[in-house]
Amino acid sequence: MRSQNEFSYGGDATVKRPELDKEISDQDWDNFVYNRKSLRGKHWELWQHLSGCRQWIKVERDTATHEIFNTLKANEEIS
Amino acid sequence: MQKYSIFNLVKNAFSGHQNWDLAWKDPTPKKEYDVVIIGGGGHGLATAYYLAKEHGITNVAIIEKGWIGGGNVGRNTTIIRSNYMHDDNALFSEFGMDLWRKMSQDLNYNVMFSPRGIINLAHSDAQMNVYARRGNSMRLNGIDAVLLNREQVKENIPMADFSENVRFPIFGGLMQPSAGTARHDAVAWGYARQADSMGVDIIQNCEVTGFDVIGGKINGVRTSRGDIKVKKIGLCVAGSTNILAEKLNMTLPIETHLLQACVSEPVKPILDRVVTFGAGHFYISQSDKGEMVMGGDLDGYNSYAQRGNLPTLQHVLTEGIAMMPFLSKLKMLRTWGGIMDMSMDGSPIIDKTHIEGLYLNCGWCYGGFKATPASGWTFAHTIAQDRVHKLNAGYSLNRFSTGHLLDEKGLGTKTWIS
Repeated sequence: MRSQNEFSYGGDATVKRPELDKEISDQDWDNFVYNRKSLRGKHWELWQHLSGCRQWIKVERDTATHEIFNTLKANEEIS
Repeated sequence: MQKYSIFNLVKNAFSGHQNWDLAWKDPTPKKEYDVVIIGGGGHGLATAYYLAKEHGITNVAIIEKGWIGGGNVGRNTTIIRSNYMHDDNALFSEFGMDLWRKMSQDLNYNVMFSPRGIINLAHSDAQMNVYARRGNSMRLNGIDAVLLNREQVKENIPMADFSENVRFPIFGGLMQPSAGTARHDAVAWGYARQADSMGVDIIQNCEVTGFDVIGGKINGVRTSRGDIKVKKIGLCVAGSTNILAEKLNMTLPIETHLLQACVSEPVKPILDRVVTFGAGHFYISQSDKGEMVMGGDLDGYNSYAQRGNLPTLQHVLTEGIAMMPFLSKLKMLRTWGGIMDMSMDGSPIIDKTHIEGLYLNCGWCYGGFKATPASGWTFAHTIAQDRVHKLNAGYSLNRFSTGHLLDEKGLGTKTWIS
């Protein structure tokens, strides 16, 4: 167990940057930059172990109870 | 409606205060309304009040999942101010200041508005320059702003740390003398009582479970106490905005985050201003009961918990002690949290939507309480006239697409992420 103090939040992990070689609509950019579901319940999000090993990870956490269900490395896909 | 006055107070004293009228009724929802306001917080109650008072629309229901005033209007740190630099924010907030000054008379309810002044502390020459600029912008918009030097700040708040060898020495500050505080619960109750007396149904313990949208138009709302037919719905649900947006298949530029506040044990009067720390995020005032009321940063991750964790509280209070060392001697009486609808540029949204008859009021970040009257007034106008007022024209939903962000801090997207 590590202290919460060591971690820094990186936001919704399901948001994907539009691919640059494709036709991109304004709506695609809006969804990437601004729009978020931000729901109550299970939420995949990015965290960095800033005051530790400095790795980025993906965490599946409940936004109401803070229970953690799953963790992945940053480059692993959410199944 | 029974008027609250010294005469009625005396009259009711003879019957032991047993015969006061109820402040608002507890009606069963009707089958149909002209307007339904979702959310019985400060903004929802104010919206219903101004719909009735300014626009004569009284066939209105306020639907509240819990009890009125149980959300952020009952959880904030009661600060009222209009010390904004950008025109849209400044003019909107200053319009609200006028409503605050008249509120107790207007509502026949003592909201204990206390214009005690707010001081934003500066801890560097650069910050003094920024405050001078903001102060000038405020004055151009008719808002009172006074730039204070170190000595003048010391006259106002001698209990702050003015020693030489501190990490964040006080260089001066920007003061808005007309800013202040008010009794937050009284604001909710005052609006509720007046709205009820004009015919608005305040329906508590009634959760919205879905919407009827037919051909891109609002046709009704489904609730835990039955379906209601209605053509116009105003959404005033702050931290629950994302949850209701999902039921409407909308994704908004809003994230739900947790903000904590706390009060110390009550002490004798020491601080007669609202003060904010300039080298971090901490603000403080003293309540009429003597408690030091304090708050600061978000917990920093999406949350619906309505209660916070210790690391952020510790961080915030460390700033407080750096600013006013005497705070370290106080015991904490109470801490709590509320969920904030954090918009991506730090400014709110009061607008129509792509669904006809659906109106949106959200994105208040940590500044919702002071906006209560102006938000209710402009939202009522937007709903009643089906067009935005010039005061909330800048608070549009599509400003994120068009690039007209209202980024008060000049920090870009997600200004509130530390």
